[in-house]
Amino acid sequence: MGFLELHNISLSFGGIVALSQVSLSVESGRLFAIIGPNGAGKTSLLNCISGFYCPQEGGIKFDGRELVGLRPDQVARLGVARTFQNVELFGRLSVIDNMLLGRHNHFRDGFFKNILLGYLAEQETVNRTKVEEIIDFLEMEKWRKHIVANLPYGVQKRVELGRALAQEPKILLLDEPMAGMNLEETEDMARFILDIHQELGVTIVLIEHDMDVVMDISQRVCVLDFGQKIAEGTPEEVQRDHAVQNAYLGENYETMIKGELRS
Amino acid sequence: MAVTRFCVRTYRQDLRILSSPAAKIGLILFLLVLLTLPLWARKYLVFVACISGVSVIGALGLNILTGMTGLISLGHAAFMGLGAYTAAILSAKAGWPMVPCLLSGAVMSAVMGAIVGVPTLRLKGLYLVVTTLAFQFIVQHVIYHWESLTQSDKGIKLATPAFLGLEFGSYDSFYYVILFCAVLVAVLTKNLAMSRTGRALVAVRDRDIAAEIIGVNLAKYKILAFVVSSFVAGLSGALYAYLLGLIAPDHFTFNQSILYVAMIIVGGMGTVLGSVLGAVFMVLLPEVISAVSGPLASAYPTLAPRIGGISVVVYGLVIILFLLFEPEGLFGIWIRLKRYFKTWPYTY
Ligand SMILES: Nc1ncnc2c1ncn2[C@@H]1O[C@H](COP(=O)(O)OP(=O)(O)OP(=O)(O)O)[C@@H](O)[C@H]1O
Ligand SMILES: [Mg+2]
Repeated sequence: MGFLELHNISLSFGGIVALSQVSLSVESGRLFAIIGPNGAGKTSLLNCISGFYCPQEGGIKFDGRELVGLRPDQVARLGVARTFQNVELFGRLSVIDNMLLGRHNHFRDGFFKNILLGYLAEQETVNRTKVEEIIDFLEMEKWRKHIVANLPYGVQKRVELGRALAQEPKILLLDEPMAGMNLEETEDMARFILDIHQELGVTIVLIEHDMDVVMDISQRVCVLDFGQKIAEGTPEEVQRDHAVQNAYLGENYETMIKGELRS
Repeated sequence: MAVTRFCVRTYRQDLRILSSPAAKIGLILFLLVLLTLPLWARKYLVFVACISGVSVIGALGLNILTGMTGLISLGHAAFMGLGAYTAAILSAKAGWPMVPCLLSGAVMSAVMGAIVGVPTLRLKGLYLVVTTLAFQFIVQHVIYHWESLTQSDKGIKLATPAFLGLEFGSYDSFYYVILFCAVLVAVLTKNLAMSRTGRALVAVRDRDIAAEIIGVNLAKYKILAFVVSSFVAGLSGALYAYLLGLIAPDHFTFNQSILYVAMIIVGGMGTVLGSVLGAVFMVLLPEVISAVSGPLASAYPTLAPRIGGISVVVYGLVIILFLLFEPEGLFGIWIRLKRYFKTWPYTY
């Protein structure tokens, strides 16, 4: 029994089948990658886990709890954090405020303590300290007080990762964290993801188009195509899999590494 | 970790509202002026200051809902009316003393806020605006037509406010009640804005998806915003009732709701200082207009009948100008002035 367990998930929008009968099992402490061509259903899968979509069939168990039917904020409170393919940040707020918002459910004070004490509350300092640690960890010191909307895209992705980390999640769902980044930013991001996995011991589910990265850092890979799971295994096993090679352009898999959407 | 401990001290400094000694001295002087105002000001000025105080509280309430949480309301005056009529009825008919009347007015308005808040969970943008607008007209209608309770346009006369044996019958004395409430509400709102709850409200305003993903319960915080906002509005309305001593339906009309929206636009959305500046500005504006239009009317007697309409035009113009040229309102201007003087005489 895995830490995160998807059992025969099916999801369709009108006539479009986004996911059909997908089962997955992610063990605790794993760095688990999900790959697949455009429109394969990867983002839909994460949306089912984090409560934005409700699958028509199947169940999702996390840490022994059923997730299907919960609201996104309830899922988040169980220790599931998430980043998005197109960054979802609070653009008008500073980096620090974005990350403090990530700690929303770690504050213990209620409304009345809030209005009586304001920023003088001890909880503010405690959580602020935590946020500063994460800012150091992700090497974002120089942007601490910047308004997020004014930051370059690559940095915004890092802030979003930071906000997810601030939640102190048990599992981290990352939807294409390197998309739209240059080589250097991609390398930084890969390093951070590995650090989070190894130093902090967080279980990670990673969606990524960049094959080099996936093969480098993940321990287990699952391949989706047209909403179906076509392969799962170690990176080497998956690379050798014929179904996978066919899914990717149906040609040799050299093309897959070189050509596959280094966009 | 030594580094962390060092940081802990600097966070507080980061957050401090009054960073420089000059700001502190300025605030103390300002408070002194406010505290001594009835001692040196003419009666009319004290009255205007009282109206300003009531408006500041009302604007703070609306700014929590609209500025911080992004839920636009055109029914703010209705919530104030609920507070005012609850206080007035309890004072006149049940003979309750001032403080319980003020609190009941606020609580009554907050309860209605929760009820209005529920359907708006499923509504966004224009639909929400229309719902609050409908609420405004329903309340207006009920106040006007439930004659046995509200005495319709005859109005209700309140008992002289008193607290702990002290009477607050005059403007000079009730001024201090309003000042106390305004400062209290402003401080608590500022605290709210700088805490977890305030950040969650802003998160709801800025992005539903992102707010949910970090574990913010949207429904809970939208309802909370409605409850807190209408509580404050109710308090403001109840104070207004005591200030005037006699309330009538036309004190809480749709025009008043618009006026409050104008206050937070002119002052600055979602900021405490903006609410204060905007409310005072919009209260003083008609005073300025009438001060100017008086001499104008005697100089050009043929224009005199039209001058009454000028104030409405000026209101509209002010709102449009602010929306176009200073979306951050007087608060934005204040911030820029401050930055300018901080670096003065260097202009970079
Ligand atoms: N909200 C929605 N409404 C309708 N169709 C949707 C919705 N979300 C996803 N789909 C459809 O489901 C399918 C899977 O989409 P999804 O975004 O999950 O793919 P993906 O694997 O993340 O692709 P990409 O690599 O482009 O991000 C697509 O055909 C898409 O059009
Ligand atoms: Mg996707």
